[in-house]
Amino acid sequence: MKKDILIRVCMGPAGIAAGGKDILDEFKRIFHEKKIKASVGKKCSSHQVGCMGLCASDVLVDIVIDGIKTVYQHVKPDMVEKIVEDHIIGGKPVHRWMADEILVDFNKKQMKIVLSDCGKVDPEDIESYICADGYASARKVFSSMKPEDVINEIKLSGLRGRGGAGFPTGLKWELARKAQADTKYIICNADEGDPGAFMDRAVIEGNPHSVVEGMIITAYAVGSEKGYVYIRAEYPLAVERLRLAVKQAEDKGFLGKRIFNSDKNFNIVIKLGAGAFVCGEETALIASIEGQRGMPRSKPPFPVNKGLWEKPTVINNVETLANIPYIIKKGHAWYSSYGTEKSKGTKVFALTGKIKNTGLIEVPMGITLREIIYDIGGGLDEGKNLKAVQTGGPSGGCIPASMLDIKFDYESLAQAGSIVGSGGMIVLDNDDCMVNIAEYFTRFTQSESCGKCVPCRIGTKRLLEILEKITTGNGEEGDIEKLEELSEYIKKTSLCGLGQTAPNPVLSTIKYFRNEYEAHIREKKCPAKVCKHLLIYAIHKDICTGCGACKRVCPQEAIVGDHKFPHRIEHIKCIKCGACYDICRLNAVGRS
Amino acid sequence: MKRSNEDILHRHLENNGNIISLLQDIQAVFGYIPRESIYYFSEKLNIPSAYIYGVATFYSQFRLNPAGKHKITACCGTACHVKGAEKIIDSLKLELGLDDKEDTTKDGEFTLEKVACLGTCSFAPIVLIDGKVRGKVKHEILVREIKSMKKKK
Repeated sequence: MKKDILIRVCMGPAGIAAGGKDILDEFKRIFHEKKIKASVGKKCSSHQVGCMGLCASDVLVDIVIDGIKTVYQHVKPDMVEKIVEDHIIGGKPVHRWMADEILVDFNKKQMKIVLSDCGKVDPEDIESYICADGYASARKVFSSMKPEDVINEIKLSGLRGRGGAGFPTGLKWELARKAQADTKYIICNADEGDPGAFMDRAVIEGNPHSVVEGMIITAYAVGSEKGYVYIRAEYPLAVERLRLAVKQAEDKGFLGKRIFNSDKNFNIVIKLGAGAFVCGEETALIASIEGQRGMPRSKPPFPVNKGLWEKPTVINNVETLANIPYIIKKGHAWYSSYGTEKSKGTKVFALTGKIKNTGLIEVPMGITLREIIYDIGGGLDEGKNLKAVQTGGPSGGCIPASMLDIKFDYESLAQAGSIVGSGGMIVLDNDDCMVNIAEYFTRFTQSESCGKCVPCRIGTKRLLEILEKITTGNGEEGDIEKLEELSEYIKKTSLCGLGQTAPNPVLSTIKYFRNEYEAHIREKKCPAKVCKHLLIYAIHKDICTGCGACKRVCPQEAIVGDHKFPHRIEHIKCIKCGACYDICRLNAVGRS
Repeated sequence: MKRSNEDILHRHLENNGNIISLLQDIQAVFGYIPRESIYYFSEKLNIPSAYIYGVATFYSQFRLNPAGKHKITACCGTACHVKGAEKIIDSLKLELGLDDKEDTTKDGEFTLEKVACLGTCSFAPIVLIDGKVRGKVKHEILVREIKSMKKKK
């Protein structure tokens, strides 16, 4: 009996967090111990893969026997032995651990292009990517296409920059191609600073070669010999896998001198970011690569004319670049058949927050929010109601539950006061306070403002002060109007995208959830019971049995009472941490 | 310290790097950016120390003070925020006795660091203890763990 057996263990960001490495080690150990390779067949391999998508079910394990795939979810090391015994040796899959049903629903409305090989190829092995047709597009470009043809192909595909702003990629390349200079640079922007977004991380960790290949094709199209990847130092595994990918591509002759046996040279240098959100902005990113404080400058001149060291520079985001090999491989007509009239192709989203199926999804542009939340995401946790979806991170806004049928594309979202952005999508339920969310993002942009221009430096500070006033119960009539007025000024007068979009979370929450602001200001109440300054904790003496659980967790010793008699909270000592509320099983601690 | 600085200088000149890479090297060796290093490189590279400070203070990665023996990194990304990161940070601060401006305990045992997003949003809220990921953490369990780490000291 000879069989092809392939085991894939998810080692994306969540897979690792859930213990993916232990699972893989356990498979290897058992295989070694039982001499599976000898007894079952020659071709038996187990390896790690990048994010498989459905992070909520991690660790996910694929068992592929003769092409038939079975997926297990929530795998723990002690489950491995049974899977090997029953399934691999015995031929009977362990049904109760399988994830196939949930995966069918999760994948039904998705369309995977960028992620098509993510979760299949071993990110640390170039051969694995080559087996999946990797580098075929780069080869094709070098052997049979003129740079103008490549640019034209991308233009016709309708691909727009996936970093957030949505500038047509082909057009950007054309402008750089036409710019006159002895040296041109290309930069891959992997500085994923958006809190709540992990698409770039997952793409690089899952399929780093697709990004390298995208860069090679871009370099050929615009005529560049040197590329940089500006990547966050907070993503050490992504950095490591990218370094390895570059090294392997060099060894294969895909990078370096006379690549693909042509007369072209191309090198990639990896530069680590040092933690500054503003460096996602093109000109600030360039300053950072040059070794300066990452401050933006006014545009024009645009980087395609005057970028890194004053030379024409193309900056593309990770996801944009990862799309390129697939567009070249399958053609512009295929790519542009997905999406809407103005927003072509697919978009990767990091779906998180109060949703059942958290994870990484790729959907055709133009899909509705309802389809994403309910069909793919499986809806909210039991008993919770959808309140809003926050998209685009600190530059984006909140879309209320009433607008569930909105289409996801650049234009529709802009109209609703949000953006596609880099692709973070955070689902909020009734336990989330929208004023608190606005305050959270404003605090983030305020602390990340580089300080070069006054509207952003001082404007966001003032915005934050007003929001803090409201959430601590000191809000006054007129504060909402002040927020709106100030926001408009900041948007209009800031130097770069950070400031120009910083008020979006404030404006969109006021637009759709004005009543929550009013409740905070007029009634000094937080309807979602989040803003701790407005909360009062108290123990219902009729329910309390005096078990003392709350007393033990209270860090302030603010709870008094004798054992087996109702307790009470001394409000003067209470810091409203909520530890008592969380621990009480009888719901005797009230919060109002 | 002098010896280490010389090594870094050597590597730096070889790679003909920039100030950010230099600072990253310094931090990799010392765990923070010592004042002496800034003066040393200012002199050797003929760059005003104010300029080096300017870059070091701009980026959140760089620390100007030594970190504690154990590093606790709390993610403050949006997903973590809506799943209670603030509560976790508050309870950690309380347990470690840190006020709003401190990030390291007086005995130099613990440093509590906040980061913008670790990109593991599906497991929110996330806390790293000495680099090891703790997903879907609960504050009371974390506090218990810190307490036992304190005892082992």
